[in-house]
Amino acid sequence: MSDYQVINSRLPRLDAPAKATGRAVFIDDMSFPGMLHAALLQSPLPHAHIVRIDTSKAERLPGVKAVITAKDAGLVRYGVSPARYDETVFCHDRVRYVGDEIAAVAAVDAETAEEAVGLIQVDYEELPAVLTIEAAMAEGAPQLHVEFPRNLSAEVHQEFGNAADALKASDLVKTTTFKNKRQDGAFLEPPGCIAVFDLDGRLTLHSSTQAPHYVQRTVAMVLGLPVGKVRVVKPYVGGGFGIKAAANTGELAACLLARKTGKPVKFNYSREQVFMLCRARHQFVHRMTTGVKKDGTLLALQHECYLDGGAYSSFGIATVYYAGSLLGGPYKLPNMKYDGWRVYTNKPTCGAQRGHGGVAARAAWEQQLDMIAEELGMDPIDLRLKNMMQAGDVTCNDLNMSSLGMRECIEAVRNSSDWASKKGRLPKGKGIGMACGFFVSGAGYPIYRSDTYHCTATVKLAEDGGTVQVYSASAEIGQGSDTAFGMIAAETLGVPLDSVRVMSGDTDFGVDLGAYSSRQTLMTGHAVKEAAEAAKRQVLDALAEELKVPAADMDIREGRIVFKNGPVDFSGIRNRYIKEHRGWSDSPQEDFLTFREASRIAYLAKGTIVGTGKYKPPLLGGKFKGAAVGTSPAYGCSAQVVEVDVDLETGRIVIEKMTDAHDCGRAINRTSVEAQMEGSLAMGMGEALFEEVKFDDRGRVINCDLAEYKLVTALDMPPVEAIIVESDEPNGPFGAKEVGEGAIMPTIPAILNAVYDATGLRIHELPLTSERVQAALKAARAKK
Amino acid sequence: MKQLIRLTVNDREYEVGVDPNTTLVDLLRGHLGLTGTKKGCDLGDCGACTVLLDGKAVNSCLVLAVQAGDRTVQTIEGLETAQGLHPLQQAFIEKGAIQCGFCSSGMILSAKELLDRSPHPAEPEIRRAISGNLCRCTGYQKIIEAIKDAAR
Ligand code: FES
Ligand code: FES
Repeated sequence: MSDYQVINSRLPRLDAPAKATGRAVFIDDMSFPGMLHAALLQSPLPHAHIVRIDTSKAERLPGVKAVITAKDAGLVRYGVSPARYDETVFCHDRVRYVGDEIAAVAAVDAETAEEAVGLIQVDYEELPAVLTIEAAMAEGAPQLHVEFPRNLSAEVHQEFGNAADALKASDLVKTTTFKNKRQDGAFLEPPGCIAVFDLDGRLTLHSSTQAPHYVQRTVAMVLGLPVGKVRVVKPYVGGGFGIKAAANTGELAACLLARKTGKPVKFNYSREQVFMLCRARHQFVHRMTTGVKKDGTLLALQHECYLDGGAYSSFGIATVYYAGSLLGGPYKLPNMKYDGWRVYTNKPTCGAQRGHGGVAARAAWEQQLDMIAEELGMDPIDLRLKNMMQAGDVTCNDLNMSSLGMRECIEAVRNSSDWASKKGRLPKGKGIGMACGFFVSGAGYPIYRSDTYHCTATVKLAEDGGTVQVYSASAEIGQGSDTAFGMIAAETLGVPLDSVRVMSGDTDFGVDLGAYSSRQTLMTGHAVKEAAEAAKRQVLDALAEELKVPAADMDIREGRIVFKNGPVDFSGIRNRYIKEHRGWSDSPQEDFLTFREASRIAYLAKGTIVGTGKYKPPLLGGKFKGAAVGTSPAYGCSAQVVEVDVDLETGRIVIEKMTDAHDCGRAINRTSVEAQMEGSLAMGMGEALFEEVKFDDRGRVINCDLAEYKLVTALDMPPVEAIIVESDEPNGPFGAKEVGEGAIMPTIPAILNAVYDATGLRIHELPLTSERVQAALKAARAKK
Repeated sequence: MKQLIRLTVNDREYEVGVDPNTTLVDLLRGHLGLTGTKKGCDLGDCGACTVLLDGKAVNSCLVLAVQAGDRTVQTIEGLETAQGLHPLQQAFIEKGAIQCGFCSSGMILSAKELLDRSPHPAEPEIRRAISGNLCRCTGYQKIIEAIKDAAR
């Protein structure tokens, strides 16, 4: 039984009733009086000089209120990481991918805006394009950005220990090359926004973003406004998965058009435009060489990685670092060398997506570890257990595993899946596989260099008593963070969840870096907890004054005041409360002093009771270049077992069962933790089996809809057993850490390993479509 | 040229003028203010816009408003009664079947169509019934549990 009153339970989400009834308001459900609609002109060519832009015809179209280009927007360079601000709102001299934005129109309705976009004339001088990593890196290749020669958006070279020597000392050395494909975020809600300027020149941007704070800064920088004049408000958001974590051109264009017209301006991405915006998972090519001793002890990993970045950098610098650093654990690995190159290509820009940077790397390595186990004659689980880190261990790249329920996760999935009786014993065509992984609970540093708090929170008690209002700028995007923070506040203050109201996603409520890197539960959770503690202290102090009982002798639990040293006469407070509420039907009758009465007394004594909280991690990580990426106050980890059925004729894979165990430190809401695990597995399964953004030789996405870009449906998804492992993370609020991204890590390699068990085939390229698997089966038969 | 149509939405009769190319989803969301129906693709691929047309689940982005003339539409807003939420809504809330919620309206209506014709469906039937409703958040597990629960 849990010692907690609120957290660690399965309370329904606070936002579920609004969402189950269609009341929840998303961006496209909003409108303002006099609102205009925007449309974007995007490049039809992958690479070209812009010779001339003529907007005159568009401007003359009835209903058009403004047409803007780089002339109006200016050439302020922005992006995600200040080290690579390589974007401007609109292209002025050159377009770099099919979809690159050139102009925007505001008109009375969306159809008119679209029509006007069609009337803008652009003369291009086409340039040769590079569409693959190889083409972009070739000698004499066309260059996308003069400032970044050789089409290198970023490169990383790190070594911990001495990998070459350790490989020499190894009994077994294995090299494999692995490739995934570009993914699309494919959230159900395309991004959209509405920009509103008031008469004092203050801007409010309503946007379906997962990082209001970063959007606020980018908008302020690009429009030349003080940050204090820009407010970003997030309505309900239909998923983000990383892609909505940075300002997009639609947002900036809407703001510029609203400034120019003085009217609210709305912009919505179409589904096709979502594919052109992209900012989702990169394509990675990993070449890994691992060395082990005969007994399975890991000695070294030598790792090279190439990323197809697309036309701009976005989160890509972090991505190329993560692709290396996230292999530092969860196994003891004394020597690791990593070289990574992120390459510009004339395609939409890739960025961060669930499991940022680490998913393909993990897939590549966990499959290789299975191959090694087999060659050593070891059970793959035993190989992993042999090398497993423990709580308190620090990786060779200075990541501190302050808690790590990795062994518990492995044991849980081994037992639940009945591994021992299945591994190697299933009929041909059926297979079982497993893998592990870990992930950060929030990036150790903000994306721009700063001493800023990563989050602040305010807890305010309603003056009439009883209701607790929690304010933060964090982003509920579907993961359940509002509910988690409501539960943390309720637990801390000692009140039931239905006494708590949670307000979030508004930059007026404070600073919060947003929903990315699985940071909010730990970080915002800390801030909310601190704020709730401060409010509670003030209530108890006021009571102490009133009742002449030391504050330390009182507590609040389940909405009642607890007097630790026996009953206290509180009739004075009760009488006052009842007198103040003459004629009300709900006067307190309980034989205990209620939180409602106590917080009312506190207000009468001190004015509005407000508690504030904040959080930033301590300085983390090593001193080497790029040491920041991968650091976190805590790491979640997981193990998975997947069972598959492969049709040996057609190559069709059916996933029959997935068993997943995740160490989330402490589950704030058990249902939400499972929900994150199940969603992660589905996304990983989609990437493993179906998902691939495809291009033609003109750089155009050819499957830019949700019919041809295949997501997992209810028919594909097998039953999932989600097992929560709790390790009580010392750096987490109530011991909590991440679940939202770490859970995806083992999915792809567990599938790959299961497919091997079923077919005897090692496939090193995703997705595992029937065609690919069938071809591999045929090739294997031909070899025999 | 606008065309005048009559239709019943959530037990209420409407008479509205629509353009011949206006889709049902735009009629519901735009003209009637029933924004509970979502639009995830406008191409008939995602199921977020699912409503019941004469009791049958359809993608309302693929139906022209004029095609709904003289017919009956039920949207997510029409599921609650004086007695409270529909059992499916209740189950979705309790079982954690809702994350971002963008698919939920359509998902619940596809499930309702199923339960209306098959009150105690087996799991494969449930999976088939919602296979046209994409969800990127949940992995469907809790949605299926919720539908089973509502069918009990
Ligand atoms: S919006 Fe109609 S199916 Fe996607
Ligand atoms: S809950 Fe987000 S798409 Fe289903």
